[in-house]
Order: sequence, then C-alpha cells, then structure tokens
Amino acid sequence: MRRLFRSLSPHMLLIISGLVFGVLASLLVRWGNPGNMGFCAACFLRDITGALGLHRAEVAQYIRPEILGLVLGSFIAAFAFKEFRTRGGSAPLVRFLLGALMMIGALVFLGCPVRALLRLAGGDLNGITALVGLAFGAFLGILFLKRGFNLGRSTKMPSLPGWLFPAFTIVLLLFAIFTPYFIFSSTTGPGALHAVLWIALVIGLGVGFLAQRTRMCFVGGWRDLMLIKDIRLFSIIAAFFVGALVTNLILGQVGHWGFTDQPIAHNNHLWNFFSMALVGLAATLLGGCPLRQMILSGEGDTDAVMTVLGMIAGAAVAHNFGLAASPKGVATFGAWAVGIGLAIALVTGFLMKERRQS
Amino acid sequence: MMEVDARGFSCPIPVVKTKEAIDNNPNVPLTVLVESEVSKENVSRLARSRGYSVKLERIEDGFRLLLSPSSK
Repeated sequence: MRRLFRSLSPHMLLIISGLVFGVLASLLVRWGNPGNMGFCAACFLRDITGALGLHRAEVAQYIRPEILGLVLGSFIAAFAFKEFRTRGGSAPLVRFLLGALMMIGALVFLGCPVRALLRLAGGDLNGITALVGLAFGAFLGILFLKRGFNLGRSTKMPSLPGWLFPAFTIVLLLFAIFTPYFIFSSTTGPGALHAVLWIALVIGLGVGFLAQRTRMCFVGGWRDLMLIKDIRLFSIIAAFFVGALVTNLILGQVGHWGFTDQPIAHNNHLWNFFSMALVGLAATLLGGCPLRQMILSGEGDTDAVMTVLGMIAGAAVAHNFGLAASPKGVATFGAWAVGIGLAIALVTGFLMKERRQS
Repeated sequence: MMEVDARGFSCPIPVVKTKEAIDNNPNVPLTVLVESEVSKENVSRLARSRGYSVKLERIEDGFRLLLSPSSK
C-alpha cells in the first residue's frame, strides 16, 4: 500500500483523491442519502448529536457511519504511515468555542464547505453564495494569520489521550450496528434517508484514509490559494466538484439549476453568505474545515478533538435553541447567532496573539 | 543564522512564520524547526517555491529544515 501511494506523483494523488471522493459523494445520494447531501461533515455530525439525544430535532437523528469511517480511516492511515502522534494543549477552550460557532454557521446555511460544493454540483446555485462567503471568511482569517494570530503551541502527550476519540468512535459504531433503545433514529425527514450502514462505513473509511494522506481541507484550499498562491489543496476541491458534478449529470441527479426549491436548502442570500463567512473564518483560525478536524482527531490531535466536541455542542445548541435554519428559511435567532458568532470569532482573531519571546 | 522555531504549531502557522521570515530576510539562509510530517512537507514546499534549497535533518522531536537561497 505504501509503495502504491509513493509511486503516484503527489499532485496526481491529490486530484484522483478529490475525484474519487466527489464521485462517491454523489453515489451516496443514489444509494439513499438525502438530496445534495451525499456527504456533509457538519450535517452528519449534527445527526449523530441527535441520535445521542443531545438535541431533539426528530428529523435529524441518525448515527452516520460516514463520520465514524472518516475518523477510523484517518486513524488507520496515520498508523500505516507512522504519523500517529498524541498531542494537545493548544487553547482547547478557544477551539471548543470556535468549533461550536463553525457548526452553528454551517447549520444556518445548511451544510459544511463540502456540502456547499455538492449543492452546487446538484444544481443549487445557493452554493455559489456560500462559497463566496466561505472564501471571504477565509480571507478575514488570513488577515489575522498575517498579524501573528495563533492558538499557541501544543505539546506531545502520552499516547492514551490520542486513542480516546477513535475508541469513542468504535463505541458509536457499535451503537449504530446494534441500535440500543437509547439511540434516537429519525423515521421521517433527512435523518431517515441514508445508505446501507456498511456501504456508508466503507466509503467513510476510504475517504478518511485518502483525506489523511492528502491533507485534504475544504477551507485550507482557499486559504493556501490566497495566502501562499499554492494550488495543491485547492486542486482537491476542484477535482471533488468535477467528480460530483459529472456523476450527478450521468445519474440524472441535477434536478434544476436555480436558487429555489432545492433539496434541504433555503435561498436567504444574506445569511447564506454570512453564515459561511463565519465557517470560513472559524475554520481558518482553527487550521482546518470540519472534515479536516475529524481527520486530525483520528491521528492523535486532541486539540482537533476539542474542536469536534465543540461542533457537537454547537449542533445541540443550534437545534435546542432554534438557531438552525430549515428549508422554510433562516430562524430569527439563527441570524442573531451568526452575527454574534462573527463578532466572537473576530475578537478571538484580534486577541489571540503570541507574546513575543525575549 | 536566523532560526524559526515552529515546533508545536499546527498547519498553517509554521508556513506563515516561515513566509514572514523569508519576506523579512530575503536571500538569507534560515533554519526552521517543525514537529510534524505535515509541517515539514508544507514548509519545504513553500521554501522551494520561493527558490530555496531545502536540507532536512531529523531531530528528537521533529525536523530541522535548512533553507538556503539558491545563488543566482
């Protein structure tokens, strides 16, 4: 396996990985996942949050095996390539908070950066508004990076803490397989639409493996493009979009091109823009998009685990306090939450600067 | 020699710090210390794209990258 990976030219590997992921994401819709939601790091983690009973939106409760696969696939790849390192201690509480804000932003738009591309590849032009917002958020994040923003150094730790999250993922997998009575499972709505467990799990594992190897990041691509004019990560995003679009066209999954009547979407342009700007800003400050945080969680980065836990808390808050949007539109408090979230993220960007070492 | 110690920082901070050092000290050899494989790859790529040659040494907690501007 290692030889196979090394024999491919690095850039080719990135493009193939992006294409494969895009094709699989579209196929997942064919195999049962909700419309334009073959893969979504934020929505799927929100569904897991609901399955655990941490929020009570009955249409969004299901243990999504794709997410479990992502973490475990990354865990396997990190071990196979000797990159598993337990580390942590870089502003965990700030990461938790930014993770929560990132999730709230994603749930006002109704999708993470991955789903923004999938929505566009399915004909939903609101994806454009979202991607422009996301790039704007990443641009704001870069201004802070240039001013010296960072969340501080992490330190190496004994290996145990790094194993905790992958172990928790395996517990979730057991819950998904044996569905004990305390696990919630939607009977209607998007949460009830899903591919067969083992297909979703295997695809998640594959994507997790590839994402760990390629350092795939759906915000990092925009960031590197603007910050250091490097197209590596962006080429994964582009290939992902092409793979998803072509597969959708072949399968006849592009309903119609437009802003209205798209699956699990609303067309409030203002808040689609600002909610994804919040996601782009938070992800740039955190060093990775929601998907990347899960990959890092699988390779021993306990700071990324804190971010993912923050995202789970954000999902619970978004649904319990009526912040999450729905196809009917943006909730009143959702708009407030994005505004306040942006303010908090901006203040964090201004204040978290390394003290100059003498 | 100028040294950038980016150990413990995760992506993209090592790249940002190296870029800043390159921009502020053009055509000067630099040493960059990084901890992870990812940071090593990213910093090396940035340095090569800016016309630096990269020499790599393994150290106890990561890598030491010696960046030398190519003589023009």
